Amino acid sequence: MTTPAADRQLIGTRRIHIADAIFRTSLHAAGALVVIVLVSILAIMFMGGKQAFDVFGLGFIWGMEWNPVTQVYGALPAITGTLVTSGLALLIAWPIGFGIAYFLTETCPQSLRTPLGVAIELLAAVPSIVYGMWGFFVLAPFMSEHVQPWLTQTFLWIPPIGDSFFWFTAPPIGVGMLTAALILAIMILPFIAATTRDVLLSTPQLLKDGAYAMGATRWEALTGVVIPAVRGSLFGAVFLGLGRALGETMAVVFVIGNAIRMPDSLMAPSATIASVVANSFPEAEPGTLDLAVLLGLGFVLFVVSFGVLAIARFLLRQERMS
Amino acid sequence: MKQLSAASRARYFRRQLVDRVMGGLCILAAVMGLVLLGMILWMLFSNGLAGLSLSVFTASMAQPGAGGGLANAIVGSLMQVGLGAMLGAPIGMMVGVYLSEVGKESRLAQVVRFVNDILLSAPSVLIGLFVYQIAVAPFGGFSGIAGAIALAIIAMPIVARTTEDILRLVPQAYRDGAVALGSRENVVVRKVVLPAAFGGILTGVLLAVARIAGETAPLLFTSLGNNNWSMDMTQPMASLPIAIYRYAGSPYQEWVDLAWTGAMLITVGVLVLNILSRFSHAAVAGKQGG
Repeated sequence: MTTPAADRQLIGTRRIHIADAIFRTSLHAAGALVVIVLVSILAIMFMGGKQAFDVFGLGFIWGMEWNPVTQVYGALPAITGTLVTSGLALLIAWPIGFGIAYFLTETCPQSLRTPLGVAIELLAAVPSIVYGMWGFFVLAPFMSEHVQPWLTQTFLWIPPIGDSFFWFTAPPIGVGMLTAALILAIMILPFIAATTRDVLLSTPQLLKDGAYAMGATRWEALTGVVIPAVRGSLFGAVFLGLGRALGETMAVVFVIGNAIRMPDSLMAPSATIASVVANSFPEAEPGTLDLAVLLGLGFVLFVVSFGVLAIARFLLRQERMS
Repeated sequence: MKQLSAASRARYFRRQLVDRVMGGLCILAAVMGLVLLGMILWMLFSNGLAGLSLSVFTASMAQPGAGGGLANAIVGSLMQVGLGAMLGAPIGMMVGVYLSEVGKESRLAQVVRFVNDILLSAPSVLIGLFVYQIAVAPFGGFSGIAGAIALAIIAMPIVARTTEDILRLVPQAYRDGAVALGSRENVVVRKVVLPAAFGGILTGVLLAVARIAGETAPLLFTSLGNNNWSMDMTQPMASLPIAIYRYAGSPYQEWVDLAWTGAMLITVGVLVLNILSRFSHAAVAGKQGG
């Protein structure tokens, strides 16, 4: 038996229940949407690129020839360009970024730490097209006039790989893999420095104090205690930087030369997956093999980035929890 | 006191030397990096300011020699970034609330958190290609709306991440207090947790806006660019990044100058948004400290 008053109360309670249910359901839906977006990106890329995989098979990934006229598409030149430029960029940016991070956390005067740290973080936010423009108008001419002739002369003695890859022997035209790698390095430098600094800052002061109490110098405390303690996170920061470099488009497209062929030197004009996708897209009509090839390339890049970013997150998460 | 032997003095000296040399190299790296980045900004501002004039803001893009500006690109960028943020930010906030308040450490929440982190750094060019396939190709044309959708997909994970991070800083006592007063879950979150974290969430939104304002690659596949004045978001739409991209590669000095000016405008906008976001973050952090 319920009285009307109790009835009203019950209805009132139920209404609040409904509000909670709507609240929870919509939040769950938003969470699920994130997963749905990622899965559909993968699915759309794969389905769109399926034609390319069907026609060329695995040769799509290993094929060395890229010829829109004869409709032969092999992605190896673009994959090589992507890996070489990103790898070189990391080799350049990692030590410098680490140096900046060490400087900011250990040797920098206290009063400069915050402004310099903020400056680095702000530089990490500068849009990549700005780096691309600077590379195109400033770095590329400088490379062609000064750096490339010198590199060619100085490293003439390095024996070529087979008869197709001549390291630093190339016409000094300014654009190419080396210039692209430099621009990528400059672009990811603030990013790597900022993440590495955060990792170094997260080391417990007690660990460092222990090392100092044993009479260690600052450098010994870093290499002997801090780095072993946060090694995972340090690699995580590097992998995050690599993830950025792999998928970067605008900074690269200006300076890589956009030649889709196997490079014959480190300074040869080349292309990355991202630059090919951006550059060839205007000519790719919907429903043609040309577009399918780009989507297939996109799929390859997405899978690679996914792997790199997953490793980065795994390494960074591990430390955060411990 | 025992005197140090010659050998241990030498070792001490060597260790000091290594420390100094490595420390010096790190300072060198920092100076090099900052000088390089400073050079880029200097180049950007000296070239950008040279091309700055009122017509940049009042005239649309035009043929070289016709006194064109970037007005249509600026408005196009504002509209697409605005719509993108309006679509992406609320969803991102809901994801953040889900992760922090409802999902917590559940299996689904862990997957969502991981996937969100991946999306956060996914190549933006691929997000453009994706939106082309779902929102351009099926509907037969490039459009400002498609551009905004691509930007929303980029903004969403940024807002989600910062929202989750900031909600975790809201003291548990706030929630317990509200629950003790008889509030239901949705009231606790809407009336207590979210207002307490407002400044931090605003930070996330500002950062997301700053990030999508400079995005170029995704717009190549979605809103394409437009040389004429147009505020119709169902049609191809101009944007600053695309205008910069087209003009920077052109053979006309006038267009190249405009590209530098456009790049400077975007950079200033992005940096101002970043600095603003610091203030809103500092405000909320201060409030919680007190």
